[in-house]
Amino acid sequence: MLRTHHRLLTAASASLLVLGLAACGGTTKDSASSDGGAAAQTGASADPNAKTKEGLKIAFLPKQLNNPYSDVETSGGKVAVGELKGEYKLVGPNDASASSQVSYINTLIQQQQDVIVVAANDPNAVCPSLNQARQAKIKVVSFDSDASKDCRDAFINQATTQGIGESLVKMANELAGGEGEIAILSATPNATNQNAWIEVMKKELAKPEYSKLKLVKTAYGNDDDQKSFQEAQGLLQSYPKLKVIVSPTTVGIAAASRYVSSSNYKGKVAITGLGLPNQMREYVKDGTVKKFALWNPADIGYLAAYAGAALASGQITGKQGEKFTAGKLGEYTIGADGEIVLGPPTEFTAQNIDQFNF
Amino acid sequence: MSEVRRRLASWDSIIIALTVLVLVVASVGVPNFGTSRNFTFLVLDLMPIVLVALPMTFIIVTGEIDLSVASTLGLTSSLMGWFWNNGLSIETIIPLCVLVGAMLGAFNGFLVTGLGLPSLAVTIGTLALYRGLAFVVLGDGAVADFPWNYTGWVTGTIGGGAVPNVLILIVALALIFGVVLHATPFGRSLYAIGANAQAAHFSGIRVARTKFWLYVASGAIAGLVGVLWTLRYSSARADNGSGLELAVVAAVLLGGVSIFGGRGTLPGVLAGVVLLAALQNALRLQDVSGQALNIVTGALLVLSVLLPNVASSIRATWHRRRLRQAAAS
Repeated sequence: MLRTHHRLLTAASASLLVLGLAACGGTTKDSASSDGGAAAQTGASADPNAKTKEGLKIAFLPKQLNNPYSDVETSGGKVAVGELKGEYKLVGPNDASASSQVSYINTLIQQQQDVIVVAANDPNAVCPSLNQARQAKIKVVSFDSDASKDCRDAFINQATTQGIGESLVKMANELAGGEGEIAILSATPNATNQNAWIEVMKKELAKPEYSKLKLVKTAYGNDDDQKSFQEAQGLLQSYPKLKVIVSPTTVGIAAASRYVSSSNYKGKVAITGLGLPNQMREYVKDGTVKKFALWNPADIGYLAAYAGAALASGQITGKQGEKFTAGKLGEYTIGADGEIVLGPPTEFTAQNIDQFNF
Repeated sequence: MSEVRRRLASWDSIIIALTVLVLVVASVGVPNFGTSRNFTFLVLDLMPIVLVALPMTFIIVTGEIDLSVASTLGLTSSLMGWFWNNGLSIETIIPLCVLVGAMLGAFNGFLVTGLGLPSLAVTIGTLALYRGLAFVVLGDGAVADFPWNYTGWVTGTIGGGAVPNVLILIVALALIFGVVLHATPFGRSLYAIGANAQAAHFSGIRVARTKFWLYVASGAIAGLVGVLWTLRYSSARADNGSGLELAVVAAVLLGGVSIFGGRGTLPGVLAGVVLLAALQNALRLQDVSGQALNIVTGALLVLSVLLPNVASSIRATWHRRRLRQAAAS
């Protein structure tokens, strides 16, 4: 054992010496430029009047297979590919790890697909492969979770912060009948997206058309079912004149709805916000909730397929300001950095909720 | 003659034949399998498995195991990102990561040989420990801005042709490990240790010291693969390579190495790695789903353990029957 340790020391000191020598020069974070990986952008310009090609091979690569939410997203893609008379394909790993998507991208390159629609598990790990795909003339559209913008042609953004904030205030206003007290039930006090939406809501409420709405309190349920339930209870006790609770979190809206539906506030206080149809169905059916919203995941896949087809047909190249038509969703304009915003969230009511399963 | 028959019937020659068969059938029958680009993808996919399998073969031949390799990979990948963020040059980081890997391996080796703990328990422990440390270093974040000349080298091919750059590294290391295992006294001593560690000890083989250095080698290679993995995906992350240890052990066993030690060859292991990777690649090109892929790999592994056992028990029965016939006549 003693000799082993002695040898180990020798080996370690030798390696340190090598390190010391190597440390004198070389490539560091500051001196490196990592932009060489970007695919050579074709200088081709868009032809908005080009005919949409038929028989396009459009492959969807979600973060992982058998995830209920991404199943709904890709189901929309399947419908769109059918309308486009293309060939739909769905592949993906069983685990959402960073590198497991790369083998699938490589396979899709080999199979000479025309479009890859990908929700990146890691914006950078998929980059070299996606750029290889683009060099092989495959168009790359990201959805749900963006890949680094150097390695995809377009990104389908489900909703903007502004769009969500506006939509929440609009629903609250309708439910309050244009005047009265409202409260917000959020997640945690430092949740970035929640705070951004609440900020937009406050700006909206300052507009003259909402002058009769009064935001009395923002409560925090920490995205915990029980805490959210108690906070909803607390809001109703402290503000007896409260007309609407707006909860922009799926946990909060479900907990608040459960409280109201089982109390004598049912029918007097309205709940709205962002929720999942499957969680909210019973409260919509029993009349506690008249209306809530969320982006429609099926539309994300649908729009991604049309964007991919427009790219592959040469109608767009991914530059800001280019326009294309996405079937039933209508016309879209590409924003900065190849972003395409789906639009205002879908509103769910007793009339349409049974069409959604997610 | 009986030597020829024995070699023909041995499991590693069956696996080598099966691998060649799968490669030929896939090249002919699966569209886009036999292209040069697919060859590059195939080599890149099997690179981490084949490199880690080299020292793993040595360790399993001595009757031990190292399940911490994938976590060592994850920890060196995390450290690589951390070093890079702290301004170290990539030329320093790469040897440093290999050294860290070797030290993590030495810790395993010390627990197994110095304290005499069972390697299965030790390396399951360090599997969790090293992965946990990886998350301490980098958390859920990722470091991605590694220099293009390095990331591009790992994914690139020689002169832009069909031969991936990393293939040189794989071939060189496989040759070194192959020669050491099959053509040196040290290599022979590993089989002796695996067959009977006590007998090996009494015949003058330094069992503990040998095993210790095998764990160091295993850690160093895992560290090197951590670097290559990070550069290939341009992404240093704590969860890199998770689950890789199972793919490696599966390939080594499929290649005919006995889990109880003392038996197996490196060509068999290389064939095992290529067989698993080629099969997955070909089935994926045929749009076979991920779950079905797992089923195929799992079934293959069970068969690889089952068939040699069945074959040897049939042979034993035959042998007994012939002895009885000889005694009766």
